[in-house]
Amino acid sequence: MEEVAAHFMARYNYWIYVILMMIGFYAMIGKNNLVKKLLGMNIFQTAIILFFVSTGAKKGGSIPILDKYAALQGHVDVNQVVNPLPHVLMLTAIVVGVSVTGVALAVLIRIYRKYGTLEEDEILHKIENE
Amino acid sequence: MKPLALLATLITGALLLYGTADFAAWGDPQSPPNSNISVRFVEEAVKETHVPNIVTAVLGDYRGYDTMFELVVIYSAGMAVMGILRRREEL
Amino acid sequence: MKITLQEAREQIPQRDIILETTARLMVPFIQLYGLYVIVHGHYSPGGGFQGGVVLGASVILLALALGLPASKEYLTEGTDIIMANVGALIFTGIAVLCALLGGMFLDYSALTKILPIDPISWRSHGIFLVEVGVGMGVMTIMVSIYWDMASAGRLDEGL
Repeated sequence: MEEVAAHFMARYNYWIYVILMMIGFYAMIGKNNLVKKLLGMNIFQTAIILFFVSTGAKKGGSIPILDKYAALQGHVDVNQVVNPLPHVLMLTAIVVGVSVTGVALAVLIRIYRKYGTLEEDEILHKIENE
Repeated sequence: MKPLALLATLITGALLLYGTADFAAWGDPQSPPNSNISVRFVEEAVKETHVPNIVTAVLGDYRGYDTMFELVVIYSAGMAVMGILRRREEL
Repeated sequence: MKITLQEAREQIPQRDIILETTARLMVPFIQLYGLYVIVHGHYSPGGGFQGGVVLGASVILLALALGLPASKEYLTEGTDIIMANVGALIFTGIAVLCALLGGMFLDYSALTKILPIDPISWRSHGIFLVEVGVGMGVMTIMVSIYWDMASAGRLDEGL
């Protein structure tokens, strides 16, 4: 029992982000309104970004901005500096997420112009009865 | 429809939580993401580029190809929104 | 209740002097801060994308407070599209220039043949030039997406 508790306390950040991912996933597939589905996708993406950034943390580490003259002369201790690679990759992921949200909202404006509603079942009903 | 969605969400969540048992502990300095190429980036970035911010050095120099395509992605998103929403004016 | 687009446009309130004056006072300082974030990407958190978004937010503030036609006078549509293309071309142009001068694609130390500085210094300056291109591109695309979506394609009156 103590082993299970120690195992959980060492990894509880992954559990929090998995729960956030599942909240976004349920919003994407379980709601009827199209705007709510889009916001669910945004929540899912935010959870994935936070998950990746948290894999690079180190105990007692500081941010990856070093003092230039100290780094040029001396040796840099890798265990004191947080891993910079997930930060770099997630900058790209954030920008891609913003672009996808922008284009999806533009498509939603066109759907509203054509069908007059944003509920999924009413749109399907109107498509089948044309 | 909604109970089915809830069931699918719970099954996926349980599988993911079972999969996190293999990960390294939070804050471990010897975990696999912290040990392969990022050791070389942290130790050599300031000597090779004279830029103290390691994130900007990796983003602009070692991984510059990814940054170029990210700019292309945001440019084409702007063009796509223009193409979807603007209507042709009556001449 | 659903209202049509025509009725929504007729309900736009009149211009308010407090909002206009406050927005016009704040915009230069926001732009100065955005430029600071782009240029100090080497020494503090920041860089091209972050500074570009702050610069774009200043023009969107102007569009929200003074109306869409006023922000279109501030940054015209033609200038907007030209700056977006120039920003993307700066990045790609520097990359191809490095390849044409003998190095690899995006190898900034090959630019020593144009301006004879130390190759390691050229890597630092190359990162800076590329971030300026990224900042220009991101600012103009944010403003363009806002204009298209707030007026539903027509670009005459906004939110």
